[in-house]
Amino acid sequence: MILQAIDTLVVLLILTNLLLLGTNRLNGCIRMIAFQGFLLGVLAIFLQTPGNPVHIFLLAAGSMILKGVVFPWLLSRALREAHVRREVDPFVGFTLSLIAGGAALAVAVSLGARLPLPEALGSTLVFPGALFMIFVGFFLIVSRRTALSQVLGYLVLENGIYLCGIALIHDEPVLIEMGVLLDVFVAVFIMGIMIFHIQREFDHIETDQLATLKDVEP
Amino acid sequence: MIMATLHLFMALTLSPLLLGIINRTKALFAGRTGQPLLQLYYDLAKLLRKGAVYSRTTTWVFRAGPVIGLASVLMASALVPFGGRPSLLSFPGDFLVLACLLGLARFFTILAALDTGSSFEGMGASREAAFSALAEPALLLSLAAVALRSGRLSLSSMLVSPLAWGHLAPALWLVAAAVFVVLLAENARVPVDDPATHLELTMIHEVMVLDHSGPDLAFILYGAALKLWILGAVWVGIVAPFGGMNPWTGTLFALAAILGLAVFIGVIESLMARLRLSRIPPLLVGAGVCALLALLVARP
Amino acid sequence: MLALFGFPFWGGCTAFLLRTDRSRRILLLACAILHLFLTMAAWKVQLRPELNGWLALDTLGLLFLTLISLLFMAAALYAVGYLRRESHGRIKDFEEGVLFSNEPEAVFIGCLLFFLGTMTLVTLSQRFGLLWVAIEATTLSSAPLIYFHRHHRSLEAAWKYLLICSVGIALALLGSFFLVVAAQGTGGRTLIVQDMVQHAAHLRGPWLKAAFLLLLIGYGTKMGLAPLHTWLPDAHSEAPSVVSALLSGALLNCAFLGILRVVQVCVAAGLLSFVQGLLTGFGLLSMGVAAVFIVGQADYKRMLAYSSVEHMGIMALGVGLGGAGIFGALLQAVNHSLAKAMLFLTAGNILGVYKTKTVSGVRGALRVLPVSGALWVAGFLMITGSPPFGLFPSEFAILKAALDGGHGGVAAAYLLSLALIFIGMAGIFLRMAQGEAPSPRCPEPWWSILPPLLLGLGVLVLGLYVPPFLTAALQTISRTLGAP
Repeated sequence: MILQAIDTLVVLLILTNLLLLGTNRLNGCIRMIAFQGFLLGVLAIFLQTPGNPVHIFLLAAGSMILKGVVFPWLLSRALREAHVRREVDPFVGFTLSLIAGGAALAVAVSLGARLPLPEALGSTLVFPGALFMIFVGFFLIVSRRTALSQVLGYLVLENGIYLCGIALIHDEPVLIEMGVLLDVFVAVFIMGIMIFHIQREFDHIETDQLATLKDVEP
Repeated sequence: MIMATLHLFMALTLSPLLLGIINRTKALFAGRTGQPLLQLYYDLAKLLRKGAVYSRTTTWVFRAGPVIGLASVLMASALVPFGGRPSLLSFPGDFLVLACLLGLARFFTILAALDTGSSFEGMGASREAAFSALAEPALLLSLAAVALRSGRLSLSSMLVSPLAWGHLAPALWLVAAAVFVVLLAENARVPVDDPATHLELTMIHEVMVLDHSGPDLAFILYGAALKLWILGAVWVGIVAPFGGMNPWTGTLFALAAILGLAVFIGVIESLMARLRLSRIPPLLVGAGVCALLALLVARP
Repeated sequence: MLALFGFPFWGGCTAFLLRTDRSRRILLLACAILHLFLTMAAWKVQLRPELNGWLALDTLGLLFLTLISLLFMAAALYAVGYLRRESHGRIKDFEEGVLFSNEPEAVFIGCLLFFLGTMTLVTLSQRFGLLWVAIEATTLSSAPLIYFHRHHRSLEAAWKYLLICSVGIALALLGSFFLVVAAQGTGGRTLIVQDMVQHAAHLRGPWLKAAFLLLLIGYGTKMGLAPLHTWLPDAHSEAPSVVSALLSGALLNCAFLGILRVVQVCVAAGLLSFVQGLLTGFGLLSMGVAAVFIVGQADYKRMLAYSSVEHMGIMALGVGLGGAGIFGALLQAVNHSLAKAMLFLTAGNILGVYKTKTVSGVRGALRVLPVSGALWVAGFLMITGSPPFGLFPSEFAILKAALDGGHGGVAAAYLLSLALIFIGMAGIFLRMAQGEAPSPRCPEPWWSILPPLLLGLGVLVLGLYVPPFLTAALQTISRTLGAP
């Protein structure tokens, strides 16, 4: 029963990542990130061994609020200031991104089957799902033009690493989680402010046009 | 054997009814009364009585296209099980043959469209080729996932008895979603293609058959209805295989399921708009990746 | 000890609340002096570990903490005068003529103090999780510092810095998780360095290797190892000179500290050859990349940034070679921090007078700014490793370690890179110092000369005579890192 719930949640997470790869509406992407945060909180409750239920609940609730509510709110504010609705013309097209995602999924599952995982998680899907999310995060940072998409990629990367963390470590790390959450919060806050400044300075938020500083003499 | 023949007979006679149900549902949603349920039968009868007009620029390919299309679809309908009983023809690997037969029908439709030498048909043919190329992996991966789960390689064994998906239920939903998207794509339904559009720049299937008339058009319309029945039966077999019960009850339930599927397609057509052409490839590839995920999850 | 890193945070918050610039600058100086005092006291008094072993000051941490403290003191002195000189309101950018304004001073000084606090936390933390949090916090608190001059170039530099370093540090987080998995089942408190070193024999090999690789890449991004250094030239050249000095001198060392802690654990677990191979590879690559980009560099601040990349490479190479190389690498860390900070502050003086960052735009610095010019030429000798300055013995020790270990190819590549860098820098530095003076002698305020002068004297002294307590400290640290 719990196994099925965990599997379902991981499959939903993977689906949100696929949607992030394939959709070009930035508002939709932000909502996907919010949903991911919520799913991760629920998954955290299921995956931790019940050593200290109160701690686990607080942590999960905190991460759900932070990732599901606060970050999307900050990012949609930045999006509104920047007057951008869609991601136009990324470096890697959406269809190709999805195909790359499919390939990465296959690689992640085969890697997950091969690594000696510490204990029997029961579900063989959690670790490959985390690896897949890390790949999607990197891919989004590298292949998208708008600064906001790069911040979303960073958030997905952090989510993937967080999932890896709660999958592998079962018995304690409260401070790590708190520190991670705090740092990611401040990072997103500062990045949001930066996006606002970029928009004001350049009139767009496409980072491939931030190319003044280079070493090659014109 | 008898049941299989009965199911084949049902497919042959009842498939135009599905299109009628879809149109009726859409009309009801729009507040109209709509076409009669048996409209496609009347259309087919009318078209069979007419003569065909062939353009001077076409060759034998143009005349062969509809015939081969109908023949392959008829063949394919003999492969698909229905109502929890095996089909008329079944052998290991027949799901690949199913995909290939559907592909053959599509191939000759495209060839016939190109044969006319008109740019409109060519445009539709190129779109059709592109989208089918993306939809086919989705179908094959979904069927592979089901084959992996059931451990058999024949459609009649995969789609007949209820599989114990158990904790792999997410894989079932993924496969169902992927096959449903393929169904919509193959049968030119919204959100992939709007069957009621008259704007040539937005047509995909419609524009390929612009030049056919008379019995050829009848063959094409009937073949399309059969294809809907076939893919619908596959979908019902994946989601709700009715094996293990009395064959008559199973047939009845499956019939109800496929008619319900037609209503569902009608509802979706009424609620959604067609996607922009540039957004269809990500949808199809997304369905393919969902099927891949189901395949990876269903590994024993 | 909590006070040591607590009060800069408190000071940072206060800086946002204070009204006048003058009071903020006094706060900055006061915090810097207090920090230096506490650090000096830590050399004499042995501090107890706190928070169940999460915070403790061992020799390695104390060494880097001293460097941070000294640099911050010099930077604070310089910053007070610098801020007084920088006008408020709209300024005309000398490179492109656009108008821009500066960041509010409250933000600048507040972030400087936060920066000091987070760097202190890095040196104090004995638990890998806390170390990670602190290093990420240094990234976040230094990003606004780079964006001091609010124009598009510095915004671009700050964005690149923030994104690349955050991604790198996210990888380091994954590495920290793998460390926890590697230590599962062994006794001791999780992720405390000392405990992991003690139980090193029981750590799981593959997970530890994966953890080391990820932590090396992650913290190496922060440290500026090639090919992860791409944010460095932009950030160091666009930030004000005070900030560049702190970034090069203190922040890169903090990232190096993170890597050294993992090396301590790996060495105790017996993965010495694995660790050394990786570090040597990255070190040589960094030196090579830096050499290529320094020769013919047109912007002298970018040249200094690439020189930081080179020296980080030398330090990684030193630790990778083992033996006497580790001692050399640590001595190099000390000398490089002081020398690079001095160079950046002097470059700031030159920039303030000549108003251009290009090498071809600066001529006759020795005549226009006598003291700064002299410091500039002395800095050139320092940074390229000429005697009698302190970088010579450290680089020589690394060379000796390479030859002793029989790595002839490594030594050859090392010398080649150093030679290339010397040639490239000679062209730049000497051309800037000599030549026709475009304007008469400019006055040099005391705050712009005193800090770099003191730092330079420090390097000179260390070149001639290394005090015994320093030698003892370095040897203790080397032993934990694998030197016999």
